[in-house]
Amino acid sequence: MENFEPVIVAFCCHYCAYTAADMAGSQRLAYPPNVKIIRVPCSGKVDAIHIVKAFEKGADGVYVAGCLDGDCHFKNGNNRANRRVEYMKKYLDEIGIGRERLEMVMMSAGMGYLFAQIATEMTEKIRRLGPSPVHSMNGQLPIAS
Amino acid sequence: MITAERKPLEELIEFVRPFKRILLVGCNECVTVCAAGGRKEVGLLASGLKMALLQNGQDIEIREHTLERQCDPEYIDELLPMMDGVEAVMSMACGCGVQEIARRYKDRPVFPAVNTKFMGASERQGEWSERCQGCGNCLLGITGGICPIARCSKRLMNGPCGGSVTGKCEISRDVDCAWQLIWDRLKALGLEEQYLNIIPAKDWRSAGGGGPRKIIREDLAE
Repeated sequence: MENFEPVIVAFCCHYCAYTAADMAGSQRLAYPPNVKIIRVPCSGKVDAIHIVKAFEKGADGVYVAGCLDGDCHFKNGNNRANRRVEYMKKYLDEIGIGRERLEMVMMSAGMGYLFAQIATEMTEKIRRLGPSPVHSMNGQLPIAS
Repeated sequence: MITAERKPLEELIEFVRPFKRILLVGCNECVTVCAAGGRKEVGLLASGLKMALLQNGQDIEIREHTLERQCDPEYIDELLPMMDGVEAVMSMACGCGVQEIARRYKDRPVFPAVNTKFMGASERQGEWSERCQGCGNCLLGITGGICPIARCSKRLMNGPCGGSVTGKCEISRDVDCAWQLIWDRLKALGLEEQYLNIIPAKDWRSAGGGGPRKIIREDLAE
């Protein structure tokens, strides 16, 4: 448990969080390598099945990063993603994984510092929570391996 | 459409706990539209069940398949090649689909994954309301296209009860009084006099009071 390095999947909108991650790199802001970024055309593209499959395949934590309220390139994809994440939190509770392993965050493309800060905070939070109960029982870390 | 809601995961886990390999079957019709039991929900439930059981050290194989319709035997036959080694079937269709699978595959238990709710229509995305109770003798032609059986809490046939206040039903401020809706609509159509026609006591035999119902179209039946 001491050496536990969580696997965190971040679904990042192309128009904000993905560019913010780039910005963090340009600004030489370090963030934990635990965060695996998946670029999506809009946070509204992230479906419940993507979230649940991420956990099934070994993620310890997942977050969806979309544009600031009112700034969605596709009008309201970020708000849809937000509602979907809330719905999925309940499902994760039912499964026994726990709602705290899933988060929705919002940022603009210029917020490289916020991207790095959220990546760090999420990694710390999941590290405190420990491995996902799913693969900790299964003894497998599909993504990490 | 026929509307449904997924049962709590806890209940579904208890259904499948004794088995090592199950088949989870969705339906492409009504339950897909009301987001309860289509292809996507099959994927979500299969993942959820696998992960929930894995936490108890149980590794279950869940085969996934979604049929065009579960209420027709022609489609149910499609499942046959997938049945090899399957100990139980879980259906995400309405009660009709569950029963069709049970009828076709007699040697395996079949479990419902959803609770079938009502025949309804979409109010907006993600919200469905009851519109029809299938009474077998439609009154909509004389009630302004609004059903007093499905939408009046007391199924009153001749005007509202004393619980109708400012257009709302006494059971909840969120429920419209069906008879208020009927009156407003008849007035808008200039058919107020229609409201004065007394609807006689309804014969509920066609609504299921005469036992399970059946339709036989002799020109089609073989």
